[in-house]
Amino acid sequence: MPFIPHTADDVREMLAAIGAPDIQALFDEIPAELRARALDAIPPALSEMEIGRLMSERAAADGQRLNFIGAGAYEHHVPAAVWAIVTRGEFYSAYTPYQAEASQGTLQLLYEFQSMMASLTGMAASNASLYDGATALAEACLMAVRAHRKSKSQRILVPAAVNPDYRAVLQAIAGGQQLAFELLPYDPRGGVTTPASLEKYRGEDITALVIQQPNFFGNLEDVDALTDWAHAAGMLVIAVVNPMSLAVLKPPGEWGAKGADIVCGEGQPLGVPLSSGGPYFGFMTTRMEHVRQMPGRIVGRTVDLDGKPGFTLTLQAREQHIRRSKATSNICTNQGLLVTAATIYMSLVGPQGLAKIASTCIQRTAELVAALGNVPGVRVAFNGPRFHEAVLLLDRPVRGVLEALAARGIVGGLDISGEYPSLGNALLVCATETRTPADIATYARALAEVMQSAAAA
Amino acid sequence: MSNVPADLRFLKSHEWARLEADGTITVGISDHAQQALGDLVFVETPEAGRRVAAGEACAVVESVKAASDVYSPVGGEVVAGNADLGGQPELINQDPYGAGWIMRIRPDDKSQFAALLDAKAYEAALAAETH
Repeated sequence: MPFIPHTADDVREMLAAIGAPDIQALFDEIPAELRARALDAIPPALSEMEIGRLMSERAAADGQRLNFIGAGAYEHHVPAAVWAIVTRGEFYSAYTPYQAEASQGTLQLLYEFQSMMASLTGMAASNASLYDGATALAEACLMAVRAHRKSKSQRILVPAAVNPDYRAVLQAIAGGQQLAFELLPYDPRGGVTTPASLEKYRGEDITALVIQQPNFFGNLEDVDALTDWAHAAGMLVIAVVNPMSLAVLKPPGEWGAKGADIVCGEGQPLGVPLSSGGPYFGFMTTRMEHVRQMPGRIVGRTVDLDGKPGFTLTLQAREQHIRRSKATSNICTNQGLLVTAATIYMSLVGPQGLAKIASTCIQRTAELVAALGNVPGVRVAFNGPRFHEAVLLLDRPVRGVLEALAARGIVGGLDISGEYPSLGNALLVCATETRTPADIATYARALAEVMQSAAAA
Repeated sequence: MSNVPADLRFLKSHEWARLEADGTITVGISDHAQQALGDLVFVETPEAGRRVAAGEACAVVESVKAASDVYSPVGGEVVAGNADLGGQPELINQDPYGAGWIMRIRPDDKSQFAALLDAKAYEAALAAETH
């Protein structure tokens, strides 16, 4: 579809037709004090040549560091074919197409994406994506309140082992809508949420329990026991999952006796590069009984007047252009381009490829933990099963160690001492399939040097 | 022309209400409303036991064109939602004043029912709306 902008003549004709002297006059009814003033903090415009130079310099400042941070965003190999296909003109729009008659290709792709996510999470229905993983969790909590009509409390249990950034976003988005979040402690030995910690809520009106698998520490929660406990207590279960892990872990639709009710998470691991923190995309799937409460666009397969199969947006009556303030969500941004990448990525690697990548991640994480855990002054915090990442405890503040590693070209992990003070000097490290045994050896050697020199100092 | 039974009471927002022998009030949407909405695809009825105020949105009717709230004509306690609508929302299109009822409410104050529009007043409201 070509984009044809208005010419100056078009604009003049349109203004003449409605009797407005200029475009500015169209905004006259907005009081002056409500209008945005000039953006003084924005520097003057640069030419293409100047901006190209500036961006190359900024990118060069990042360098080619060896990265061992995960914490919600993961460095995976993205086959070159993925973005070569995504950037084709036919796909290159970030927005959901409303016009089924002009957008069958994109709609079919979104439909395939939904089918893949439903299958990966073990749920009946998927939307066409959300803004990112953290906002998807906030949307899932709001959805749980709408879906769980017997529960009046709007109270939701959130383990401390859920990504702290997600918890902050949850508070920012849903806290202002009268949802109350109760923090559940984690077991200091296992680094997981235990059903025992839930006992004090038995008999109370709680809308939902959030379970992140793997949790922020990389540990695997006992999802079956937690899910069954929550269902027995009359709560819904919201699963937050890393889609890559689902190639080897039990899908949330099979957790416990009944499975999770709403599943959400960050889609970035599926073909989206790290790219300085975004853009990423969120996903959400659910049981059929809750599908009308699910926010966001849903593409459905149907037949046209002649009985030929086709794709179109469906269940739109729930959305803001019809339901106004009562819509299921007013942030149903569809991250179309990133979803296109994820769909192509999953198609290229296939179910077996995805399982192989996930298994390699587990293998590399085990190697990393073994290598770093042997360094004097370092011990491994938790010893249960894990995926992707692990918490290390250092005998000194993490920050200085990370700075010394950075000087050696290594991004050594995320300092989580501030978020989890009771852990002490805690460092969250991650290895995906992109970290080779040689990379891991390089990190272990560098860490040993840093720990030794600082100890001597 | 839509059907406006003489024995029912109405709201301007197109709900109907019928006082039953047991003192409860059955609520649905009018023939005019179902025609305007078109084919219904989903109905969300309130849970039994829920307290509602007069004028409170307590059910949702969703058609291929739009989703609309259904307002309670009286304050009271919901005695039942029509469970048949879960699998057959089209009952509202087929029989809006019978099998397509949406909820039954036990009113706190029966005088609220008496104050609703009668068929004549509702017909006048419909006429005013279409002109």
